[in-house]
Amino acid sequence: MKSIFMNGQSNKKSDVKQRTRYPKLFIGILILAMLLGMLSGCAQKAVETNEPTPDASSSTAPEATDTTTTKEPVEIKYMTFSAAPDHLEDLDAMIAEFEKQNPDIKVTYETYSFADYFTKLQTVVASKTAPDTFELNYENFVTYASKKALYNMDDLMKADADFDSSIFNSTALNAFKYDSKQYGLVESFSNVVFFYNKDLFDKANLDYPNDSWTWKDELAAAQKLTDADAGIFGTYAPIQFWEFYKTIEQNGGKIFNDDKTEVVIDSKENIETLQWMIDKIEKYHVSPSDAQMSGQSDGDLFKAGKIAMLRTGIWMFDSFKDADFTWDIALEPGNTQKAHHFFANGVAISKDTKNAEAAWKWAKFLTSSKEAAKIRVDSSWELPALTDESLLTSYLEKTPPESRAVVFKALDTLVVPPVIGNWNELTDLVGKELDQAKLGQKTPEQALKDAKTAIEGILE
Amino acid sequence: MVGNKGIKKYLTIAFFLLPSLVGMLIFVIIPIIASFVLSFSKWDLIGDIKWVGFSNYIKVFNDPTIREAFKHTLVFIAGYLPLVLSISLGLALVMNKKLKGIVVFRALYFIPVISSWVAVSMIWKWLLNPEYGLINYLLSLIGILGPGWLQDPKWAMAGVIMTSIWKDIGFIMVIYLAGLQEIPDHYYEAASIDGVNRWQKFWYITWPLLSPTTFFVITISLINSFQVFDQVWIMTAGGPAGATSVLVEQIYRNAFSYYKMGYASAISWVLFALIFTVTVIQNKFQKKWVNYDE
Repeated sequence: MKSIFMNGQSNKKSDVKQRTRYPKLFIGILILAMLLGMLSGCAQKAVETNEPTPDASSSTAPEATDTTTTKEPVEIKYMTFSAAPDHLEDLDAMIAEFEKQNPDIKVTYETYSFADYFTKLQTVVASKTAPDTFELNYENFVTYASKKALYNMDDLMKADADFDSSIFNSTALNAFKYDSKQYGLVESFSNVVFFYNKDLFDKANLDYPNDSWTWKDELAAAQKLTDADAGIFGTYAPIQFWEFYKTIEQNGGKIFNDDKTEVVIDSKENIETLQWMIDKIEKYHVSPSDAQMSGQSDGDLFKAGKIAMLRTGIWMFDSFKDADFTWDIALEPGNTQKAHHFFANGVAISKDTKNAEAAWKWAKFLTSSKEAAKIRVDSSWELPALTDESLLTSYLEKTPPESRAVVFKALDTLVVPPVIGNWNELTDLVGKELDQAKLGQKTPEQALKDAKTAIEGILE
Repeated sequence: MVGNKGIKKYLTIAFFLLPSLVGMLIFVIIPIIASFVLSFSKWDLIGDIKWVGFSNYIKVFNDPTIREAFKHTLVFIAGYLPLVLSISLGLALVMNKKLKGIVVFRALYFIPVISSWVAVSMIWKWLLNPEYGLINYLLSLIGILGPGWLQDPKWAMAGVIMTSIWKDIGFIMVIYLAGLQEIPDHYYEAASIDGVNRWQKFWYITWPLLSPTTFFVITISLINSFQVFDQVWIMTAGGPAGATSVLVEQIYRNAFSYYKMGYASAISWVLFALIFTVTVIQNKFQKKWVNYDE
């Protein structure tokens, strides 16, 4: 390295600048080296053996530890993305209740934002320092289960006399099965419904949206509700991957065929759907463009009374409750059929845990106990996926919105995310094509054709 | 640095350097080797390592996304480098005046350098907001309808370049200032006696005598701008529609979003080779224009 940088100067009179230049260049190279280094910091800890998931022999006799409360409490670690920043106190309350019921177990937790959570989790799992229990959304659950990072809960479930799987919503619980083995317990779910500003509808003298509405009804109402001078837009749905995979189902389209071997994203229905999503902005001007939104979120605009109808998640209930107008929710209008998002979070146990039974107890408590469910419902921290109706009464009684039952009605037409192994890459690739279509750089047809080619490149 | 006084001296030095050498070994050298080894593998951190030979490298050169990112990196350099150099040099010339309170101004221009990239990027994101941002407001005062900046694929890179220039001019200015202050006054005095005008003074005295500084600054800035990442990641995350996707952003995405450690390592090494080549070429050509004689 030295010879390169000193090349051609060796017989020249050296001055201060010349001498400082060499180390600085060296530092420059070092910076790069460190960057390269960062990417492989954990390379030394290559995973040597992939132990098969523990079988019955390693997880029997769970009851034995139950009664011995005199010894040191077992510490269980939990990692979550859904608690911070709004529900830390609720999580603390759940832990307090759990520790009261299980004095021999102590729960500590770490929280990360959703954006950083999975990077962190991947690293701790790789370095074998994963917490005993951690939260996984459905999309990532598939990835982790397929990579054998999770503990097979089947034996724990069987050994636990108090456990009854029928208290869970079975669709939601089965989502956390992989290879027909239970690798996670469903913790909560949320979905997306159709929010509307009643005051704006009243002012325009329009009927409120109802469950029979289609895209056409939505457009007709939106055109009447839009008031360009006042900066009010009739309707809004973002143009991005998640919105797209749901909206195409409202028109009978799909991204993959049923066994996910073939990409059908460029179908006629899907081109039509994407065109409709874009037309709301570009042709009918009933939805704001990105520039018109200029960095404000759709939720902010709805709350400010600038969007009359909005497709967004039920997690916004809390934030909208102090809006200075009345609002309600309805089922989303579809074109040829109804379709609604369904997002589920689950709790999994790490394959490397040393305290599987304690971890199981915590996972069970967090997902299905009455106490935890009550705290969750009372604080609108998503919804427990339990069948016990009485748990949900307090949820249904709360207003706004008045039509809370819509949240459950939407489950009849739920669409699960089209998960594949390279999930993050799929969302990026399709997202980029959708962006280009939105910005008018490509026609919807071209964008979806290119998306198809790109997805075919990452299907395994 | 060391001289030729025997191996014992080397050992003594090595002993005193041990604390930092160990750190460097663990955090730099070993990871460099590991990333090189990994670049021939397929590994997602959790599962087993699969050896795939040169296929990662072959993929780097055939990946349209990487090609786009490479193009955008070059666009960034082409926009950033000339501007940051000329503005910094101009500022340094102004700041080199012996005026009262000039030190305060020098310090002011240096503040962005010590600010964190995250804070700077967040502030510029706001400044560049098409509706409420200060920049479009200022443009509107002179009757220009500002672009959508970070939301407009044609302007997003310009926004990133502006931010980077604003952050880096202070650093380069200080280096230029040091270079300027090394130029002996008697050259200028002699030139004045000969009736040389200001422009000629700059062109025939300042610029050639600054050439070692310019060379250093270009080399450092070029290395840094090949690795542009922080501001891109925070301001646009490579968007809109991939318009600001750059090489290191792709490395990060592949490693920590797609968990393709092998592929990300391969891109890193290609980037390293690229920077290394450019730097070597620069060193070869410096003879033609860098003047070390005083």
